Order: sequence, then C-alpha cells, then structure tokens
Amino acid sequence: MSSELRYTANTQLEHLHARYTGTGHADLSKYDWVTHQHRDTLATIVGHPTLTSFLAIADGESKGRIRFEMTE
Amino acid sequence: MHLYNLTLQPPTAASQAIVGNFSGARQQEIIVSHGTRLELLRPDVQTGKMSTVIATDVFGSIRSLAAFRLTGGTKDYAIVGSDSGRIVILDYDPKTSSFVKLHQETYGKSGARRIVPGQYLATDPKGRSVMISAMEKSKLVYILNRDAAANLTISSPLEAHKANAIIHHIVGLDVGFENPMYAALEVDYTESDQDHTGQAFKDTEKMLTYYELDLGLNHVVRKWSEPTDRRANLLVQVPGGQVASSERFDGPSGVLVCCEDHIIYRHMDARQHRVPIPRRKHPLEDPNRSIIIVTAVMHKMKGAFFFLLQSEDGDLYKVTIEHEEEEVRALKIKYFDTVPVASSLCILKSGFLFVAAEFGNHYLYQFQKLGDDDNEPEFSSTSYPSFGMSNPDAPLPYAYFRPRPLENLVVADEIESIEPIVDSKVLNVLPNSDAPQIFTACGKGARSTFRTLRHGLEVEESVSSELPGIPNAVWTTKRKEDDEYDSYIILSFVNGTLVLSIGETIEEVQDTGFLSSAPTLAVQQIGADALLQVHPQGIRHVLADRRVNEWRVPQSKTIVSATTNKRQVVVALSSAELVYFELDLDGQLNEYQDRKAMGSTVLALSIAEVPEGRQRTPYLAVGCEDQTVRIISLDPETTLEAISLQALTAPASSICIADMLDASINKTQPTMFVNIGLQNGVLLRTVLDPTNGQLTDTRTRFLGTRPIRLIRVQIQRNPAILALSSRSWLNYTHQNLMHFTPLIFENFDYAWSFSAELSPEGLIGISGSTLRIFQIPKLGTKLKQDSMPLSYTPRKFITHPTNNYFYMIESDHRVMGPDAATNKLDELRKQGQIIDDEVVDLPPEVFGRPKAPAGTWASCIRIIDPVEAKTVAVVPIDCNEAAFSIAVVPFSARGGELHLVVGTAADTLVSPRSCSSGFLRTYKFTNDGANLEFQHKTETDDVPLALLGFQGRLLAGVGKALRIYEIGKKKLLRKVENKSFASAIISLNTQGSRILVGDMQESVSFAVYKPPENRLLIFADDTQPRWTTAVAMVDYNTVAVGDRFGNVFVNRLDAKVSEQVDDDPTGAGILHEKGQLMGAPHKTRMLAHFHVGDLITSIHKVSLVAGGREILLYTCLHGTIGILVPFVSKEDVDFISTLEQHMRTEQSSLVGRDQLSWRGYYVPVKAVVDGDLCETFARLPAQKQSGIAAELDRTVGEVLKKLEQLRTTSSGF
Repeated sequence: MSSELRYTANTQLEHLHARYTGTGHADLSKYDWVTHQHRDTLATIVGHPTLTSFLAIADGESKGRIRFEMTE
Repeated sequence: MHLYNLTLQPPTAASQAIVGNFSGARQQEIIVSHGTRLELLRPDVQTGKMSTVIATDVFGSIRSLAAFRLTGGTKDYAIVGSDSGRIVILDYDPKTSSFVKLHQETYGKSGARRIVPGQYLATDPKGRSVMISAMEKSKLVYILNRDAAANLTISSPLEAHKANAIIHHIVGLDVGFENPMYAALEVDYTESDQDHTGQAFKDTEKMLTYYELDLGLNHVVRKWSEPTDRRANLLVQVPGGQVASSERFDGPSGVLVCCEDHIIYRHMDARQHRVPIPRRKHPLEDPNRSIIIVTAVMHKMKGAFFFLLQSEDGDLYKVTIEHEEEEVRALKIKYFDTVPVASSLCILKSGFLFVAAEFGNHYLYQFQKLGDDDNEPEFSSTSYPSFGMSNPDAPLPYAYFRPRPLENLVVADEIESIEPIVDSKVLNVLPNSDAPQIFTACGKGARSTFRTLRHGLEVEESVSSELPGIPNAVWTTKRKEDDEYDSYIILSFVNGTLVLSIGETIEEVQDTGFLSSAPTLAVQQIGADALLQVHPQGIRHVLADRRVNEWRVPQSKTIVSATTNKRQVVVALSSAELVYFELDLDGQLNEYQDRKAMGSTVLALSIAEVPEGRQRTPYLAVGCEDQTVRIISLDPETTLEAISLQALTAPASSICIADMLDASINKTQPTMFVNIGLQNGVLLRTVLDPTNGQLTDTRTRFLGTRPIRLIRVQIQRNPAILALSSRSWLNYTHQNLMHFTPLIFENFDYAWSFSAELSPEGLIGISGSTLRIFQIPKLGTKLKQDSMPLSYTPRKFITHPTNNYFYMIESDHRVMGPDAATNKLDELRKQGQIIDDEVVDLPPEVFGRPKAPAGTWASCIRIIDPVEAKTVAVVPIDCNEAAFSIAVVPFSARGGELHLVVGTAADTLVSPRSCSSGFLRTYKFTNDGANLEFQHKTETDDVPLALLGFQGRLLAGVGKALRIYEIGKKKLLRKVENKSFASAIISLNTQGSRILVGDMQESVSFAVYKPPENRLLIFADDTQPRWTTAVAMVDYNTVAVGDRFGNVFVNRLDAKVSEQVDDDPTGAGILHEKGQLMGAPHKTRMLAHFHVGDLITSIHKVSLVAGGREILLYTCLHGTIGILVPFVSKEDVDFISTLEQHMRTEQSSLVGRDQLSWRGYYVPVKAVVDGDLCETFARLPAQKQSGIAAELDRTVGEVLKKLEQLRTTSSGF
C-alpha cells in the first residue's frame, strides 16, 4: 500500500469520526469512553418509550421527569 | 422449532397524541402514537365519546409526532419521527380509511441513536417548514411547500447542527409570515468533557438558541443564543405575528421556558418574565423537592390565548400572558385542575381536553369554564421585582395552592388502557368458562389496578324480566316497513304464542291477528304493511286492516321449519317437501305450483334478505337429516332446482345466509356467507358464489357443546350473525373486517334484534324463563376488562396451590407508608401546625400520594379473590420496607405445611441498587388462606429479588447469591449458597433438581442442586449477555426469555449435556469441568429470536383453547399481549415464511422502518414469523392479494383461511 493511500484512508476516517459523534479515536481516554457509553445508553432510554416507562415504574417518578434527568 | 408470533392485544400506552383536521372534514381528530402503532380517534362532539377510526401497526418505534397544516389549507398532515432514520409525512385518506405516506426522506441510520434525528419534532405554525432533531448535535430543517397541482412538497434537508451539544427540547416560534424560526434548549459539553473534576460541568450553561430559516437564501442561521436557567426542560410556543387584515399582533411571540420550579417568558430583545410554579399546600409535601412541567399545550381562541401546563404531579396550571402589541406586561399562572399525568395534552376547538395518560386509562374531559373568575390565587410576574428576574439564579419565594376536585373540567369519556402490565397469570378460575382468563397487575402508584381479561365482547344489559313459562323462541317485528322501531315482541312457547307490544310499557296484546294457541316457527314483517306468522299448521298473513289470509298445511302434515324475508317464504313440511311462497305486486302471498321433495327430513332452512332494489334472493339453503346442505334456486326460471350440495360431518342444526362486508374477500360489496351450525357445536362458514351458487372457502370453528342456533341480527345497522351454543358468539363487521367473538354474558336459548326508542341498537334474548334486552357497546374489542383498584404499584403476584386466592405484593418508591404518614402528621400537629384535613384526605387515585425523598417506600401484601374480583385482606409492610418477591413454600420440615415467604428490603435505593438490609418475611396461612399470620423475619445482606419453593425448602435469589433456606423456629436457616452470579438474580424456575436462574444482566443459567454433597452448581449458561425481565421454562431443557429491550427468545440445552449432568450423582464432574468463555462449562443454543417492540414482563406456557395446543403467551409493559405458536408441520413453516417474505415487499412500514431489521433490532430474527405482518394480507388490494397467492400456488381464500386457522386454533381469538 502506498503511503498516499494510507493517508487518504486516514483523513476519511477522521472525517467520519468528526461526523459521527461517539465513534471514538485511538487516543481515547477511559473517561471519554465511559462518557460516550453513558450518553449512548441515556439516549437509548429516552429514545425507547418502553425503557422510559420501565424506569419510571421502578423509580416512582413520572416519565417526563425520567426523560429530563436522563437528558440532563 | 419454528414459531408464529401473533399479537392478541396491541399496546395501549400513549406515548404522544396530536390533534388536527386529519380527514379534511370540519371535525377535529386525534392521532395517538402507541409506540409501535398509530391510532386515529374521533371524538363525538355531541356525546363526548371517543371512537377509533383506524389503528395501524407501523413496524417501527415512533419517537415523535407533529401535526401541521399548509398555509391556507384545510387539512392537517402528521409528521412522524421514528427510529427508521427517515422523516415521514402521513396523510389520512378518509375514502380508504387508511394512512397514506406522502413523503419519506431518509437522513440517517436506523435505530434510536443519539445523533440521528427523530427524537424531537417542531413545526412552523404556518406550516412552512419542520425541524427534526436528535438528542445530540444534529438538527435538520425541511421546507414544506405545495406545487402547482397543490400537492405537498418537501425540500432536501438543511443542516442546523451544533457539535458537542445536547438538545433538551425544540419548538417552532410563531413569527407570523416572517422567516420561520425555531428555538432550542442546548447544553454544550465541550468544556465539561475536558475537565474530569466536574467543575466545568457545574459551570456549563444551558442555552436558549434561535435558529432562523432564511427562505430567500435557503439556509439556516443561528440567530440568537442566550443562557437561561440551568434546569430548563421544556419550551412552549407563544403566539405571535401580525394578522394580515389588521395591524394587530396575535401575541408577543417568543417561548415559555419551563424550568424546575419556574416558568420564564423569553424572547429575543425582550424583557424576561418569571413566575414560580405553584406547589401543593400539603403538610406531607417535601419542601425541598422541585417540580417540573412535563407537558404543555397552548390554545388560541379568537383574539386570546392561554396555556395549560401540567406538572409531574398531574396538576394543571393555566398560564396567561398580558401583552400590549408585542410587549409583554405580565406573565400569570394559576392552578386549574388535577388530571392524571399525561404524556400529551390536546385541546379541541369543541371544548374538550384529551389527556393521553402516561400510565393507565386515557381521558377526555370537557371544559366547563376556563377558570377565569374563581378564587384561585394567581401569581403574576409583576408582583416580583423586575418581573421575577432581579436575581435569575435565586429561586423566587414558593407559591402555594390548595388542590381540590375538578372544577373546570368534567370527564366525558374514558379509554381503557391496560398499560403498564407488571405481572400476569393465565388461569381458568371462573366457573362456567371453558377458556382461561388473563389476570394482570397493572398501573403505577395509586392508579394501579388488578384486571381480569376475558376473551369476548362486553354486553350491557338494560332490561331483564321473568316470564311465566320457558319460551323456545323470541322475535320482534315492526308493523310497517318504514317504521323506525319495533312494535311487537313475539314469544313462542311449547303450546302457544304470546304477543307483547312495545310502548311506554311492555304489555300483552290480543288483537294482533297472530294465532296464540299454537307455537310459532317464524315471524316476519312482509310487504309494505303486513305481518306473517308461521306455525306448525299453516301460515297466517295478517294484512294491515287485520284481515287474515291463512294457508293451511295438508292433512296429517305439519311445518317443521321455515325461513322468511320481506318478500319470500319457504317452509319445509314433515313429509320432507319444500313449499315456496312469494309476494306478488298486490301484496298477495302466492304459492309456487310445485313442491320440492327433498328425500330426507329438513332440519334447517335459510334465505338471505332481499337485496336492495330486487324482487327476491335467488338462493335457498336447506340442511337435511342425511348430513347435507343443498343450495336450491329460487330464480323464476329454475325455481326449486337444486344447484349444489355440500356434505357435512354431522346433521345441521341451523343455517343462516347473510350478506356481510369482509374487505379481505371483497373490498366493495358484501359477500354472501352461508353459515351452517351443526348439532355437534361446529360452525361452518362458507362463501356462496353469487354467479353459480357453489359453496366455496369453508372455514370451521368449534363454538361449544350444544347444537348451534344461528340468528341474523342488525348491529350498528349492519347485518351480523348471532351463533348460540354453550357460549354465544357474534359474527360482525368492524372496520371492514369480519370479527367473530364470544359474548361475555349468560347463555341464550334464542335471541333477536331489538329496536326501541330507548335502545335503538339492542338485542333481545331468552335464557331459561328470563327475557333480556341488551346492547353490545364496544365492538372491535377482543378482550373484556374488569378492574379492581390497588393501593400501590403492583410488583408480583402468585397463586396458591390449593385455594383460589392470589397473593400480590405492591410497593411504591418515593411514597410514605400509612404509618409513617400518620406519625409525621401527629408530629406536625404537636408542633402546633394546623393540618388541612381536606387536602390530606384527597383521594390518592386522582391526586397521587405526596412525594417523599428517594429511599422511602410504602408497601403491602394483598390477598385477592379473582372470581369475585375483590380484595380479601391487605397486610401492610412496615419499617420502610418494600416487598420485591413472593413465594408459597411447602416446608417439609413442617410436614409440608404451606408458608408464604415475602422478600423485602429496607431503605432501598433503586439506582445504584442498595438497601440497609434485606429480609425474608415468613407468614402462615390462616382462615383457609384468607389471612396471613406473621411468623418471623430473616435478615439478608442484599435485596431478595426472586423466591421459589424448592424440594420442601426455600430457594432465594438474594442479590448475586443463590441460596437454599430451611425453616427454623425463629428464622430461616441458610443451607447452601452459590455466589457466582453476575449482577442480580431476578427469576427462578425449577423442575426436578434443575434450577433456571435468570440474571438481571447475564441471561439465564442452568443450575442443579446435588443433595448428597449439598451443592448448588451452575453447569450451563447463555453465550450472550441479556437483560432478563421474564423467564418461562418451556420444558426440562428449554427456556423462553424476554429481555429489557423488547426481545423474546428461546434457548435450549443439549440433551446429552442434560443427561450427563443428571447422571452425575455428586456433581463432582461439573465442579471440575473447565469453564468456557469465562462462564459455565456448557452453553445453551438459541433456537428462536424475535423483537416484539415492547418490554416483556411475563411469559406463560398455556393452552388458550379447551383441548388446544400449548403456546407461549407473553404480556408487555405497554399493554401488548401476544402469543408464540409453534408450527406443526414443515409445510406450514415454508408456506407462512414465503408469505411473510412477500408481505415484506408489499407492505412497507408507515414510518419507513424495514420490517426485517425492526424484528431483528438487536439480534437477527430467527425462526419466528411475524403474524401481525402476515395478517395485513387481508387489507391488501385484491390485485396484490391474488398476485401473492398465485406465487404461493394457492387461492386468496386459502391463504386467508390458513391465517385464520393459525389464529383460531391456537388462541380462539
């Protein structure tokens, strides 16, 4: 593989990383990685109505409050 | 193994609701999103009742909904944001009564991801554009317009992204006809990500940002961005813009920013106004707790507008803005009323408020007044320094109100919603029932209920009266053709006939011209104004002037059977001859010259109603004793000639021909069905081909143990058929499809339509010597619900092996128990505070209980009698303990005496799970199980989440440990323990000495108890981590599991491994085997996998039909009840899978989600066919239907029959 090709592949990758938040990079710290994980999880909980309900029932709160705390 | 998934009851939870004129008529309608289903509801303005127009599965998850209307248009469209990565614009087509996808634009990946838009939707109030946003970063703006042909067009997306920003909410600003603007609540996390100490996180500001769509330049600019309250969560649009005709402004424009405890009015370059959210004046209310607004609605009237905001307690506040042109003078808030906490509020122009409740039943309220002139305290921003914004960081002094029962609203209608189902059992406990009932524990908090679901239609009885004897038939009839209501009820007894007239009262009449000394076989209003009575000796034709023309049967013969319609009469004589009469144009009944000899005694006859505009119906169906049904022509050219013959398995007991609409067979015209009831209780439904008179497409169904009687009735002005056997069934058309459902009522011997002023749509029936008049109010429902209130959120319930009671545990987080509450009140009283008893005693079902800090619990054990649907006893649980698990254990140390063990934990925190101490409470049953006697409680180190009786001892999952306890005098005694489970044990199942352990995060493991060495050993587990929620043991080696993400799957252990483990007496072999993949030595194999789309809370292996096959029934959190039916033959699997494949290409999802990827959301779907998709075959256009059927080498009828057969043989639904 020529170096030029490797270079383009890299820029493409960087471009993709910039475009898709949460995909991480080589120098990712543990903290960053965990934050991304948490954000993914919280987004899933808010995005799926059943998961919001599930947490609301377990915690005795309203769905609106759960959604808010998850986004916060 | 191959399974067929079928939904018996779709989800009932409403995640969002929008209002608009979707059908383009003047009436407003509501679209409700049930998560995976869209439903269009139409409120009747006169009666205030809601009715479902259509409901469609979308095979995707709906995350947001918005309604919009193009400028100058009269029709609203719905925009759907879903997990498909596509924006979809739906139009409701009233002609075909379906949703039509107008536009579908792809913008991202599928799935509910954080940077793929779909979570929030905001539309421009003038319908010029729409913004769709993700949780993070991405926002897209589409421009909506119309083309030359007035069709809706959509532009390509314009980006309004902001990197590293979390979006809390977006809303469209009302700016009149200036460039569309959107407001967004955003938090930038760039800095807090760099700073691990958390200081930057604390300092982060929440920004209110305006985005302007420049229609001229076709791009989006960030117009304005200002920090706002850190705890803001919701934006509400404030009307604005100039009215074109006058120079007046509609409102000040801008947004209401709903924050914790406050509401702020904000707009670009305008003064802020802030008011506090009033809180309840309740002595037990936690003063440190903050309140947020969870949902809001704005309503514009002529020249005015107001907002209704709802807090998380369910209190509605009315917010008004005083403004002078574009300048706000004051922001005012006052308490309005309290309704259940809603996920959406909709105000209709006709004065109704629709509350799509978060949990439990949905309500439609009618506005009585708008709270304009009551004594409720109003809080205005003008009463605070600099409109409440003198120090934006400091809270305003608390404002209080006194909650009270509804004053401004009255309930108009209630829509039953079973959501959330927390636990369920499927059993047959009711007497005289041949099918099991589904018992569900539903609801949350004080609005929880225990519901009994039975398959069938609800019947509402209006009159019931005893008769002097036991009649064998009943009819009602009008006097004239154009009468609106029936005039007579005719009852036939063994030796006579009784005629009752319907008026103010129902009384006997003599002078009707009917023969009262003989039983009656048929009654008919014939011709324009005559009546007809068929009795065994002849036919009486009673003319309008009471003259009677009588036709007498020949000597030594009698009439055995008769059938009539408005113009035709056919009777069968005891000599097996048919006599045919037809009304001529002068109203004379003429006998056809020939009689037809049948050769076998006639048991049943039927002709259809005369089709509109015709002289006669051309076919007669005759059921004979030789187990045949013959179709005979009544056409004038071929009168009484036999056309076709069908052999039966038993003699017919009743036949009924009816023209009914069934869109799966014929979309436009009613189909002529010949229903044949047999003496062995089987019903055959065949289609009569109108051209050649052949019987085709026979479908059978077992109705009950008695010979069937079929009666043609009118239900909502459409023909329907009542089938009476040991259960009564109704066959009717609803939303263009045919339904066949039992009635939940007493058995009838005979029934007929009944129409009077008081009950225009009724039915009349006789059961024994009782005459009953009844209605069927809720057509289209398949499950009848009976509910009983509970005090707290139910968690689990169990049955008792010998008595019929259910034992249920209920516990609520953030709620004070009754003891703690009274103690606190007493304490407050001692301190000299005046307690407002009226507020304390407000019903908790409506107002909820006062919220307490986290870690406070209220809990109880409830004993329920499911037959009577009532509470037998409630045993409270004190000391801030909450119950989490329950089991009935026959302790062999006590001679197998049954004990109830309840697993509780004190001061529990939900996340992260912790408690000060867990307990196992042991109770003895007293009074035949109607009460409990406390024995002792045993401390544990963690929360016991699962309990089970196991070989005369107690098996307990306590946190990560699995233990066996023996009963002792003062405590339970720990015998064995295995602590190697991953997170927490949430379910236990057993058979023999095998134990299936469901772990909260790590799927199901197989364990075994080896008594000689007293060891608990895990020998097999799953290859995948699964967040288990429900487990059912299908057989010794197989397990069906539901997980938190809406999947259901079946795992099986290799039979060889199973044998090997059972053969090992001490378990030493398993103990020394090498673990595989950091787990148990053996792995289970996944056999089937399916994504239901709703969180499964319980799975049962049951048989729903008497003598039917066993199936898996699951219940889900949002109210879905579904079944998984194993296929019997390979042939069926091939056929249905191919059909599913064709359906996938034909029926594209309404939200643009690919069905295959939806059903394989987390793991590819395996060995399960989506029955819901297959059943939409019935709704396809005829051309596509026949196309698919041809590919399958079948006829359309055969495909439909197969689908129906799969449904009925497994579920009876």
